[in-house]
Amino acid sequence: MKLKNSTTSAAYIFLTPALSAIFIFFFIPVLAAFIMSFTDFDIYSLSDFGRARFIGFDNYLQLFNDPLFWKALANTFYYVLIAGPLSIFVSLSAALLLNDKLLKFKSIFRLTYFMPVVTTLVAVAIVWRFIYHPKFGILNYLLGFFGIGNIDWLGDPHYALPAIILMSVWKNFGYNMIIFIAGLQNIPEYLYEAATLDGANKWQQFKNITLPMLAPTTLFITIITMIGFFQVFAEPYIMTQGGPLDSTLSIVLYMYREGFRWWNMGYSAAIAFVLFLIILIATIIQFKIQKKSAML
Amino acid sequence: MKKFLLYTFLIFTAFLTLLPFIWMLSASLMNDGHASVYPPRFLPDATTFIQYKRLFTRLNLSRNFFNSLFLSITVTIVSLLFNSLAGFAFAKYKFAGRDKLFNILLSTMIIPAQVTMLPLFLMLKSFGLINTYFAIIIPGMANVFGIFLIRQYVMSIPDSLIEAARIEGASEFQIYRKIILPLATPILVTLAIFSFLGTWNDFLWPLISLTDNSMYTLPVALANLMGEHTQDPELMMAGSVITILPVLIIFLALQKYYIKGIMMGSVKG
Repeated sequence: MKLKNSTTSAAYIFLTPALSAIFIFFFIPVLAAFIMSFTDFDIYSLSDFGRARFIGFDNYLQLFNDPLFWKALANTFYYVLIAGPLSIFVSLSAALLLNDKLLKFKSIFRLTYFMPVVTTLVAVAIVWRFIYHPKFGILNYLLGFFGIGNIDWLGDPHYALPAIILMSVWKNFGYNMIIFIAGLQNIPEYLYEAATLDGANKWQQFKNITLPMLAPTTLFITIITMIGFFQVFAEPYIMTQGGPLDSTLSIVLYMYREGFRWWNMGYSAAIAFVLFLIILIATIIQFKIQKKSAML
Repeated sequence: MKKFLLYTFLIFTAFLTLLPFIWMLSASLMNDGHASVYPPRFLPDATTFIQYKRLFTRLNLSRNFFNSLFLSITVTIVSLLFNSLAGFAFAKYKFAGRDKLFNILLSTMIIPAQVTMLPLFLMLKSFGLINTYFAIIIPGMANVFGIFLIRQYVMSIPDSLIEAARIEGASEFQIYRKIILPLATPILVTLAIFSFLGTWNDFLWPLISLTDNSMYTLPVALANLMGEHTQDPELMMAGSVITILPVLIIFLALQKYYIKGIMMGSVKG
């Protein structure tokens, strides 16, 4: 019994540094942000926190009537709903191709496709900004061979967001590809052997074995990809500053501007919480869809 | 024939994936203006290191390089220590409310970090820590994902090893030091890479919490430089190379650990 007490206190001692750091620098700020979102905390409150007053739901009501916020919201959803499925599709395709047992140099391909994932987002966003240059960029040059005329990728409101999406897919598909490969390797070989004996073709095998067996992996990937893409910031910050005509303004970029450029911190906190709520709801929906399709 | 098509496609995709890096490297070795011509050049006609020289002399990027390196290493060491202690405690000790506490921690992973940034900024500001190294180190000291990964790994270490050490009179801390840490080395290396790359590549929080050029990390310095040098692709590409190269080297050297870590993190999510 004595031993048990001393080991329990050891456990508490081991937990203290990490848990107090998380409590003080994560939990308390989350709570504080929630409270802040109901105040008019602004540049004047910055020097004297006492100047901030409670204003109830005013920030949220103001958001509701703020066209720029709706614009940012719409852009972010567009981004998530296009870039998300696109990058998952590319990841899965790459994983399926690289899962071929007889394929040589597998690890080299895997490594190459993965490389953009580890590189610094700010740096590659700068690289892509020049790649997209309307006059001197290599993308327009290469497209020229296919007879596609000069496109002002980042300067045209119709193309700026797709351009950012293209870069994001390039940057991120390797990450999900690795997770898909791990998922594919967990599918027992005998399932395919049995299916082959039963005369199922490749597509039927993919539809009836691979996809259902990958479902937990796909759910995980969908959720982390979505959460990541909802938080898009550096790409528009570096490549377009949210323009042209706010066509690439994202929720986090808008939150950053309101909070740290104009110091409307109460308003900014409300934006942050709307983002949190959206991510939460989207995650729950994903789980629900997954459960439903698992029952069918 | 089918094989040939597959390889052609894979090699072509690999080339497309690498193309931005190839162009970045190539343009960084060009003289002023040589990357702003039509048709674009894919290779410098005269290789020069003038852009790199400029970055390290006149633009003082070495200071930012040092900041990034110092902060990434410090955050990695501190977070490894904190996370491994907590992960060990969650894996190998029984105490009231353990599983509940752990599940609460896991569920907070869904809260986006941006939510914390406004109060965190005010908090650190009132401590006088904005625009200091502490502004980066403090929020990075511990994280749930790291605790989770270490816990999963340590759970696979047999209890008998720990019991045996206890009978021989080892203190709990000695068990951590002499048994857990050595056996958990693979996951610690994995986590070290995650942490180093994460800190090195981070942008939004350093952009908020570091306000002075001499304190900027490389990504913030680079973003700032971009504002003044939109017409200098050669210079900006050299800056990008300097920023990307260290993480790429670390990744290529330790890729096995990194990729294993991603696979582990996805097993239970």
